[in-house]
Amino acid sequence: MTDIRHAPRPHAAFLPVFRLPLERLASLGALLVLWLVAAELTGDPTVLPAPWEMVAPAAKELASGALPFHLGMTLWRVAWSFCLAMALGGLIGFAMGRSERVDRWLDPWLVIFLNLPALVLIVLCYLWIGLNETAAIAAVVLNKIPNVAALIREGARALDPQVDAMARVYRLSPLTRLRHILLPQLAPFITAAARSGLAVIWKIVLVVEFLGRSNGIGFQIHLHFQQFDVAMVLVYAFSFILVMLAVEGLVLQPVERRVRRWRAA
Amino acid sequence: MTAVHVQRKAFGSLEVLGDIRFTVAPGQTLAILGPSGVGKSTLLRIVAGLDPDFEGRVRRPERLAMVFQEPVLLPWRTCLQNLTLVHPDLTEAQAMDLLRRVGLEDKAGVFPGQLSLGQQRRLALARAFAGRPELLILDEPYVSLDEATAAEMLSLTRDLLREHAPATLLVTHSEAEARSLANRVMRLDGSPARLVEERPFRPREREALA
Repeated sequence: MTDIRHAPRPHAAFLPVFRLPLERLASLGALLVLWLVAAELTGDPTVLPAPWEMVAPAAKELASGALPFHLGMTLWRVAWSFCLAMALGGLIGFAMGRSERVDRWLDPWLVIFLNLPALVLIVLCYLWIGLNETAAIAAVVLNKIPNVAALIREGARALDPQVDAMARVYRLSPLTRLRHILLPQLAPFITAAARSGLAVIWKIVLVVEFLGRSNGIGFQIHLHFQQFDVAMVLVYAFSFILVMLAVEGLVLQPVERRVRRWRAA
Repeated sequence: MTAVHVQRKAFGSLEVLGDIRFTVAPGQTLAILGPSGVGKSTLLRIVAGLDPDFEGRVRRPERLAMVFQEPVLLPWRTCLQNLTLVHPDLTEAQAMDLLRRVGLEDKAGVFPGQLSLGQQRRLALARAFAGRPELLILDEPYVSLDEATAAEMLSLTRDLLREHAPATLLVTHSEAEARSLANRVMRLDGSPARLVEERPFRPREREALA
């Protein structure tokens, strides 16, 4: 709607609306063509099956209930790790952004953990805590907290002191300050952390499952890797990508549009 | 009664405010004039309780309102919410009345970013009066407005002051603003700054200006 009012030329107004999905479709089509060509060139379905050769195994896994079960296990781990990492990382980042003292103390830790390879943390968690769910989730959360903290710290540093002064003069309640002053200002940083968080977390969850769990997408990929079953590896990988695309499109983007409404107005 | 006694205020080794004493009675408007950078805003922050780091004592009433140099609205909430969130006791109907009073009745559902600077300042003024303040602090409330808008804001402020009669502290560098709103004018000057009483206006002069 706003495009029409602000568009410099009338005929350009409706173009972006159509161009965006078209470009996306064309780009996805190009990827499919690339896959087809590669599959044709390899000529061996055990190395790289053509797209249609994956329909049957996918249907089989769905019908047997294996795919929903392992997908569910992975999603459950992703959800737990995501919530814990966002909450803990958010609190740590906020404290660091607001207090220089806390920042001086915790910044070296942040640098160390940001640069510690995910694999090292996973292996150490399994060695120290044991091959169990706690260790798996702890490993993912520890991997993600530093990123969330670093992003939220920037947001906490950028808070407007004038709005803060206004809130103090008018004695706004702590809850009002949190909901209507703090969170709206932190929203862009929280959504950035959530988006990059989700993308990183599910990859780490897969590694955690690969190394030390007996269910989940990562475990299935490990299993089929040992059986050299490329089709099944791809089936499980794609099933998760589809779920993540749905989360992005149905949850993250609508939420972001809502919190950004006042900027677009 | 608002009673301010600042003995000393310094930023590091830089002494900004010297010995400053004044009181403002309910219904009275005290204007403080002074060149920019003399410490007017520092004094206001002390009076408002935003800066507790000074030597001296400030007695201020319970209900406080402040109009800042910038409008300082919540850009992510609508105009109506900017009143009702800051003053939870305010009903929606009362908030609408206030918007009407400052000429923003058709802007209730609009975000502050869509308003002109003059409209934003009127909203900030409405927010200040919405809490029925006992002490109202105005920190250069008409700065960077064009002449016509500033004059309009000035007469709106004068009407609202007459209706609500809070103790008012106005800081400005404009002599005309001070004379049109205040019963009493003081001047902040020197380094560290001190207050000097200006000659009070004679009633005839006030009428002529009003």
